[in-house]
Amino acid sequence: MANLSDKSRWLLRHFRREWQIYLMLAPAVIWFLTFLYTPMYGLQVAFKDYSIFKGVAGSPWIGFEHFQTLFDNDDFIRSLKNTAILSAYNLLFAFPAPIILALMFNEILNQWYKKGAQTIVYLPHFISTVILAGIVLTAFSPSAGIVNTVLGWFGVDPIYFMSKPEWFRPIFIGSGIWQEAGFSSIVFLAAIAGVNPSLYESAVVDGASRWQMMWKITIPSILPTILIMLIIRIGNLLEVSFELVLLLYQPATYVTADVVNTFIYRQGIQSGQYDLAAAAGLFNAVVAFILVMTANALSKRFSRTSLW
Amino acid sequence: MANMNLYSRGDKFFVRINMVLVGLFTLATLYPFIYIAAVSLSSGMAARSGVVVLTPVEATFAAYQQILVDPDFWNSYLNTFIYTIGGTIMSLLLVIPAAYALSRPQLIGRRFWNLMVAFTMWFNAGMIPFWLNMRDLGLLDSYFGIIIGFAVNAFNIILLRNFFESIPRSFEEAARMDGANEFQVLWKVFIPLSKPAIATITLFCVVARWNGFFWAMILLQDEGKIPLQVYLRKTIAELSDDHEFSSTLLSSLYSAETVNAAIIVCSIIPVLLFYPFIQKYFNKGILLGGVKE
Repeated sequence: MANLSDKSRWLLRHFRREWQIYLMLAPAVIWFLTFLYTPMYGLQVAFKDYSIFKGVAGSPWIGFEHFQTLFDNDDFIRSLKNTAILSAYNLLFAFPAPIILALMFNEILNQWYKKGAQTIVYLPHFISTVILAGIVLTAFSPSAGIVNTVLGWFGVDPIYFMSKPEWFRPIFIGSGIWQEAGFSSIVFLAAIAGVNPSLYESAVVDGASRWQMMWKITIPSILPTILIMLIIRIGNLLEVSFELVLLLYQPATYVTADVVNTFIYRQGIQSGQYDLAAAAGLFNAVVAFILVMTANALSKRFSRTSLW
Repeated sequence: MANMNLYSRGDKFFVRINMVLVGLFTLATLYPFIYIAAVSLSSGMAARSGVVVLTPVEATFAAYQQILVDPDFWNSYLNTFIYTIGGTIMSLLLVIPAAYALSRPQLIGRRFWNLMVAFTMWFNAGMIPFWLNMRDLGLLDSYFGIIIGFAVNAFNIILLRNFFESIPRSFEEAARMDGANEFQVLWKVFIPLSKPAIATITLFCVVARWNGFFWAMILLQDEGKIPLQVYLRKTIAELSDDHEFSSTLLSSLYSAETVNAAIIVCSIIPVLLFYPFIQKYFNKGILLGGVKE
């Protein structure tokens, strides 16, 4: 008992002396509880027959019914499939783009040229998704767009790109590369800048060409960075930029374009089936959580530094 | 490395091909901006018939005149400023003190608080529970809801906390000797030493706020409160599905395309003005601070 009161006396003294740091932490803690942890509590609607009038806590439990409904729903299965495919394309095409770009920047000797090019290719990163969509829709418009104008020079009839399901994925991935390849190259450029210059000096003495040095020195040296970025990417695999999908897709292209988050948006926000949509979101969040944890474990193993 | 004379003939060839390829990629990045600017300054008829390639055709300011007289446009522009400035200030007020507290070794339950912050990066309740929560809090259709609801970001807290932790204790000792309390130490020692890190998170906040559209679109029904991006989104929706609207205007000086392009230009201009300032910071490589612990 004496021990316990010692401890409480110590705590009291601690708080009396250090109350200011708790006061500094409190607003953020309250914010996290109000805006991020309360919704986690609200996730229970995924297992309930949610009614606006009864509220989150008052609605009756129905178990896994919504999940059953979801997995019997072709549209949901389609959205899972589309998310996976877009992610795979992203990994295949959008992931290597900034690495290649960084290697190319590294081979430019004229600093003025290099700086100028970098200034331009970083810019699209700071443009909003809505503007990106506006540019894409204008450029690919059947009558007015530049793409069809150029195709017209070669005698190709106008293509209704935005309503053709087979064009959605290339346009989506392509506009993503346009927006992010430049900015994402910064990480790899930083890694290249950290390569020991003496490696290049001895390679020059040995008569190695630029091309050989790139393959034998630069790429192996930045491999850890590439690996880390790849792991982060795998952790965020489900995070397809659904805002861009939302702005570019239309019912005619749902078959290739509809992803999990756009499905949730239509079911939940637009049709008011909050419980069903929350179930889809929970499924998404759990898979994402597993991916992130796996990625983190992998990164610990390979680099001995945790990502977080 | 910079002396080209030392290069073999094969290397010179390689370097030049590379320069050309980088140049082409850069032009490809730049071109959409030029194209949109050209469309915005062309006549509606020219834009609709697809003859605009590089420079304005039948140059006119008609599209700009069209939007500059629209009070909704100005109103949404003003709203964007309110959300950007208000939201950024709110973020800094919440994030800086919290990051400081989390960096203090004497904080009891430090691991727990850190985990509480970091967990939100790994697991997210998702769109629907967040929306229901905002509704239950009475924050639909509210300026305050947009400003507070997205004010804190775990990544920014961790980035700043790491920066604070890297500041040696000796810097604060003099202030402590003078009897400074925690708020004074934060204000007079840590914040001045952390200007680059704070500039970085300010930048993240400003860019995210300026560009944010999805939550503003679903949380704000009142047209008077929508930001520029949501306003722009509506004109884009008209562009993608309402072709009759445009064709009836074929003879006139503007069309859906030119008006849309003009709005895009108007919303990019502030980003371009801000861009040199942004560059100053990411050239220092500070934006990478969060990648390594």
